[in-house]
Amino acid sequence: MSSLDLPVNGKHDSHTRPAEKTRRPLSTRWISTLTLASLLLVWWLVTAAGWIEPLFLPSPGDILARAWTLLTQGYMDASLWQHLGASLGRIGLALVAATLTAIPVGIAIGYNRVARGILDPLIEFYRPIPPLAYLPLIVIWCGIGELSKVLLIYLAIFAPIAIATATGVRTVDPTKLRAAQSLGASKAQLIRHVILPSALPDILTGIRIGLGVGWSTLVAAELIAATSGLGFMVQSAAQFLVTDVVVLGILLIALIAFALEMSLRALQRKLVPWHGQSH
Amino acid sequence: MALLELERISAQYPGASTPVLADINLSLGPRQLLVALGPSGSGKTSLLNLIAGFVAPSGGRISLDGVPVKGPGAERGVVFQDDALLPWQNVLGNVAFGLELAGVPRAQREAKAREMLALVDLEGFAERRIWQLSGGQKQRVGLARALAADPRVLLMDEPFGALDAFTREQMQELLLQVWQRTAKPVFLITHDIEEAVFLASELVLLAPNPGRVVERLQLDFGQRYAAGESARAIKSDPRFIETREHVLARVFSQRQSLQERA
Repeated sequence: MSSLDLPVNGKHDSHTRPAEKTRRPLSTRWISTLTLASLLLVWWLVTAAGWIEPLFLPSPGDILARAWTLLTQGYMDASLWQHLGASLGRIGLALVAATLTAIPVGIAIGYNRVARGILDPLIEFYRPIPPLAYLPLIVIWCGIGELSKVLLIYLAIFAPIAIATATGVRTVDPTKLRAAQSLGASKAQLIRHVILPSALPDILTGIRIGLGVGWSTLVAAELIAATSGLGFMVQSAAQFLVTDVVVLGILLIALIAFALEMSLRALQRKLVPWHGQSH
Repeated sequence: MALLELERISAQYPGASTPVLADINLSLGPRQLLVALGPSGSGKTSLLNLIAGFVAPSGGRISLDGVPVKGPGAERGVVFQDDALLPWQNVLGNVAFGLELAGVPRAQREAKAREMLALVDLEGFAERRIWQLSGGQKQRVGLARALAADPRVLLMDEPFGALDAFTREQMQELLLQVWQRTAKPVFLITHDIEEAVFLASELVLLAPNPGRVVERLQLDFGQRYAAGESARAIKSDPRFIETREHVLARVFSQRQSLQERA
């Protein structure tokens, strides 16, 4: 893809170069937009010219048309909204559960020697295992219901948040702790007023990473006897070689991940405006 | 009134062969500004950490009004070298932090915090964010925060060490005014000889390896400033210069004897 993309960008550069001396250079945002636009153009070109079979790569127009039918008629007895809602519901539930449990666990690991000794090896042990590897065990233990799907995503999100929280807690500025102690802070007050806000930038980064991992586990989770969800939609469409639904599903998954990442970044800027400020 | 006493204090880091501090006796009473001056390695900061309760001594006794010091507490306020302010709170929130921890109602603690901000000449800065302040302003907020909790003694760990020379002089004068107005006993450590001579009502000179007191001086330049004399007049007074040179000579003689030993 990138080798196809390069000449287009190169041509564009040679167009703007003479004007560059008088005008401002292209902003990074524009460069990104142009890259995406040229990719779309190349996609449209190769499909419209008939160089690639629609079975392998449907045209952008076909995808849009399919999106419309999916929205209005649905796929596999469920509309696109229902697939979307099922997936977002699962990841949302897993995220809330993971955040509520991983942050206290992370604080315990970072703050307490005994808790670190107990929990750290457990998390480090299961974290590198691919979710698909322990999926069968989860099915054996928890069945094929909604619980197994959410549990799989939950486990994927839990580790990054707990580890990031523990790191944040461990790197709290000791002077700030001492300052609070010399103002009479109790242990609980230290956690509430100093440790938690200090670790908040790390916690939010952990949530960002966790959401990314959780979203990519979605397809694995929806392997378990699902009847709805974006992951299910892509898999079942692939079995019937309905390539346009596959591509559409992949694009939707990517778009939602992108939107989640952007909104979390905005949340980070709003919640921790001091992060990155020299103080 | 408050009386802080250190009796035969010694401190040693685990695994180190020589103690950081050996046999230190100090007392800090009302209306005193005790300055500990010494080169790096003389255990100044360790001494302050012991009094603040961040570290426990390996021997000796520290007490405030007869009560032994065990761990940090609000009756011993600390101003740190680099500001230890909380960036998630604004200036007012930082100054009121000690009172918030003590459970004082919001309106009451904010009124007190504004009063303290006025004391350090930062009236208009209550709503500012911490990262919008200059180094000198941050140290003033640090001082106001320590004072707002109404400690019985004030401990200052090289509070002006990171400031430029001009701001440092302003801050020294501000400290003397605040000291005069609040009548709090202050324990301040520094490695700046002129600062030590100017501020101290009692100056203790520390020598390293192990950290110990080698000289004590009773001075009155700070009191003279607080009584209305100008800082320039005091600092150009022959007696001030003489004292400063005396202390300087003591510090250098220590360094030489240290080099000869090595």
